Amino acid sequence: MDVLVCVKRVPVTGGRISLTDDEQDIDTRYLGFTVSPHEECAVEEAVRLVEAHGGSSTVLTLGPAVAEEQLRDAMSMGANRAVQIEAEGPGWDGGATAAAIARAIGDAGVEYDLLLFGNESADAGGYQVGIRVAHLLDLPCVTGVKHLEIRDGKGVARREGPGGFEIYEVPLPAVITVKEGINLPRYPSIPGRLRAKKAPVERLHLDAPQPGLEKIRLRLPQGRDKQVEILGDGAAGVERAVEVLRQIGVMPP
Amino acid sequence: MIVGLVEHDGGVVSEPSLQMLTLGRRLAERLGEPLAALVIGSEARPVVDGLAAYGVETVHHAVDDRLDRYAPDAWAACVVDLMGTAGPTAVLAAGTDRGNEVMAHVGARTGLPVAANCTEVQPGDPFLVTRLRWGGSLLEDARLHGEVKLLTVAPHSIQAEEGPAAGGWSVEEFSPALQDTDFRVQVARQEGRPAGKVSLPEARVVVGGGRGVGSPEGFGPLEELAELLGGVVGCSRVVTSLGWRPHTDQVGQTGVRIAPDIYIACGISGAIQHMVGAKGAKRILVINTDRQAPILTHADYAIIGDVQQVVPALVSAIREGKGL
Repeated sequence: MDVLVCVKRVPVTGGRISLTDDEQDIDTRYLGFTVSPHEECAVEEAVRLVEAHGGSSTVLTLGPAVAEEQLRDAMSMGANRAVQIEAEGPGWDGGATAAAIARAIGDAGVEYDLLLFGNESADAGGYQVGIRVAHLLDLPCVTGVKHLEIRDGKGVARREGPGGFEIYEVPLPAVITVKEGINLPRYPSIPGRLRAKKAPVERLHLDAPQPGLEKIRLRLPQGRDKQVEILGDGAAGVERAVEVLRQIGVMPP
Repeated sequence: MIVGLVEHDGGVVSEPSLQMLTLGRRLAERLGEPLAALVIGSEARPVVDGLAAYGVETVHHAVDDRLDRYAPDAWAACVVDLMGTAGPTAVLAAGTDRGNEVMAHVGARTGLPVAANCTEVQPGDPFLVTRLRWGGSLLEDARLHGEVKLLTVAPHSIQAEEGPAAGGWSVEEFSPALQDTDFRVQVARQEGRPAGKVSLPEARVVVGGGRGVGSPEGFGPLEELAELLGGVVGCSRVVTSLGWRPHTDQVGQTGVRIAPDIYIACGISGAIQHMVGAKGAKRILVINTDRQAPILTHADYAIIGDVQQVVPALVSAIREGKGL
């Protein structure tokens, strides 16, 4: 089976976020980059499906030229091919991103059996690119999937629902958006890394569109402004910790 | 007209939907327009009457036998059908898994933009919205364009409040135009959660472990501490990535959101993605060797020390205090 998996380059933010002076972006001068967690699992799922059923996996990203790094990361995990839609600047809201991805898929003329996305990106959190691509390509779409099996040309997908779990069965081809926890992504092997370094990347370039959801600025939410009370060093802090637990009523009777 | 898509489970309206209606009512008041609700499927019957208390003037009830099992794109078709007949200024849903999913389908069907997880909305053209990014670690102010404004309201960003009942009150049943293809994706069956121990989102005490716990075996004393306090163990993303704990234990943006009376965070540095999952904790007690760790800025109490020494000492002290 042929699987497409879409990923997004995002910064590794660590313990604090600081913004650029123009408040348009996170200040990434001292940060590394990765793919959103859900998408890292989507890459792993694509590679596993191809290992189990044969075929090939293609990783696609829409983003700045430097997002090539994330394509190579995905190839080092085992993705076979890589496509980059080079897209700079603001304006890439969920609608524009989905339109560009659907066009790239259509233009390539590859009929994928499965299109995998993350449920939502770690940074923008729009919750819509996979669903919009599904509509543009007239495919069924199941979101938030935490377990996926391919049986008899159908996808059997499980996700969390209001009272437990919901099971969906969809004919392929289909779009599936996944959540972290569907698998435990592998660490790339050394041969995998070497292969990924040399592998070709197909490139398309698109100009920034007019967004329907247009960012004005980013802000940090107001902090809780807390003053931490140091209870002590090492085991010496335990006595006061027990007092705290007693005060808030969680000590066993 | 402002339309709110209402979710319910077992005949009870979900709390995030009531919060969404509260924001919707304020928006409707500012615009001088009525607030309407959309409920879907025959199961929705019991929730209809309760909506008047939230200022809903008209409840549009979409009825079709096929709607009894959740089908995201069919729900979107109901929304689009109502948009055609009622001509709303905006359609709102709760920023839940289903709410975000259905509104993305609505956006795709209509070609309109969708703003997910808004916390504030200023009417006008465009709407000015504030929405959550990075699971709530960052806010974005944005212009929301489109002939009809489509947005979801971030759960727990505002409190649900009843409002003055609308003058007239009516329920209008309608049969939405639905195609078979709208049901290509529909819940085939449901499975309950395994019963038994307290779940992480509901626990009053959560003992979380991070890289500082050192090994899978290092969680033994944390388990013991949690059990003594009637709580459960959680962990950071590093711990699940290392394979020390299952992903179901992970607290954070891509894991579980907790709301305990106290969160005891052991050997966790405090990445923003972890802290958004612990935002609901009433108090945080940190056990960490590093006084400069970012998690200290979120903490109420801290013990500076090695988890592997402090946690067993805490367990002993609690046992003594308990007279064990």
